[in-house]
Amino acid sequence: MFQFDFDIIFKTLPYLLREGMVFTLTLTALAAFGGLVLGTLLALMRLSTLPGLALFATGYVNLMRSLPLVLVIFWFYFLVPYIGQVILRTERPVEVGAFASALITFTLFEAAYFSEIMRAGIQSVPKGQLSAGYALGLTYRQVMGYVVVPQALRNMLPVILTQTVVLFQDTSLVYVISITDFLGAASKVAQRDGRLIEMYLFAALVYFLISFLASLLVKRLQARTAIIR
Amino acid sequence: MNYTWNWGIFWELNPEGTGTYLDMLLMGLRWTLATAALAALIALVFGSIIGVIRTLPNRGLVLAGDAWVEFFRNIPLLVQLFLWYFVLPELLPKAAGMWLKTLPNASFWTGAIGVGLFMSSRVAEQVKAGIRSLPRGQSMAGTALGLTTAQTYRYVLLPMAFRIILPPLTSELLNTVKNTSVALTIGLMELTARTRAMQEYSFQVFEAFTAATLIYLALNASLTFLMRRLERAVAVPGYVTGK
Repeated sequence: MFQFDFDIIFKTLPYLLREGMVFTLTLTALAAFGGLVLGTLLALMRLSTLPGLALFATGYVNLMRSLPLVLVIFWFYFLVPYIGQVILRTERPVEVGAFASALITFTLFEAAYFSEIMRAGIQSVPKGQLSAGYALGLTYRQVMGYVVVPQALRNMLPVILTQTVVLFQDTSLVYVISITDFLGAASKVAQRDGRLIEMYLFAALVYFLISFLASLLVKRLQARTAIIR
Repeated sequence: MNYTWNWGIFWELNPEGTGTYLDMLLMGLRWTLATAALAALIALVFGSIIGVIRTLPNRGLVLAGDAWVEFFRNIPLLVQLFLWYFVLPELLPKAAGMWLKTLPNASFWTGAIGVGLFMSSRVAEQVKAGIRSLPRGQSMAGTALGLTTAQTYRYVLLPMAFRIILPPLTSELLNTVKNTSVALTIGLMELTARTRAMQEYSFQVFEAFTAATLIYLALNASLTFLMRRLERAVAVPGYVTGK
């Protein structure tokens, strides 16, 4: 039978956390924030009466949601340098760092999923609220910004957080473009020292604990907000 | 942009000697379909069992069902695949581990079972929600008619519950198809992996990825269409999705 070597985990823990977990958590937080902002805009576009905007947003969301994340990661990994070249008008494709590439990918990908959540949230706000806003003389921007979107965010907060936990797990897929996130760091140590079993079990345990505790907190939050409403 | 487009690339021969580049992608699609089919079957069977268990009046069973769902839901799919592929064979007794490692198409079996178990936790959530959404009177009526618990589930609760959860099950089916692409990390040559290979052989990045995108979109559209047909075929008149 196999002999466990816990020492390797303690020895490499600082590296795993500083290099890996910091990357994973930063990417998760920034992509969740960016995705939520962009997703809200997409949801507003989709619900707008301008047919062009609605069509664009619907097309974008459906396209993103039909593709595997792995494929999208590859797409942006190759595409972003060329987009940079067009925007910055440079001679050659722009070199984009690993973090920027991953952040752009996850923000744009998650925006599609957050947009569906926000669309449901915006539609959950009673129509009377909208009418009341307009009756008070607020503009579209004010009605959405001060009345509808804040309530939509509040109603959807548990779902948004659950999606963020999913995002946290999905960031591990940056492995396919050899980025050192938490799993990437664990995998590097595993392959360097031939300690696949300890490292992968440890990685699984850490992901499990973080996701499980986060889901528990979301459930509590859900119970609390449910009573107030 | 200094990128040389060449859409004719799909009809050129690939260096693997398996025909054209298009053949290569279609071969990948076949692996994607096979993996997704087996994974979906596993997810449906285990998801249904676990989902039903979690609605039974037995604390031990409910706890076991909850543990199953939490385990498979809170570890990233990629890590789960690594656990099954790299870790499990080492932890088994030597003979069993060797057998697993030398299995032909190991990445296919591991990928399909890994994705299937991962998705089973989501299916279990849907099945549980479907059973819970039925009025309490339905199971009471079953008991009043003298049906056993198993009979109540078989003839009263499950036929309705599955009809109710068909739409969310459709999206879980689509997720299953998409998730099979993660298995490229353990060496399964499915559609995304073949697209990568084509890009590396031919340097035509965007043609390859555009083709893969279109194939995935077509696959999604046809699966959605088939599931809508199924929904209409099994709809009960006067109830839920029925007319």
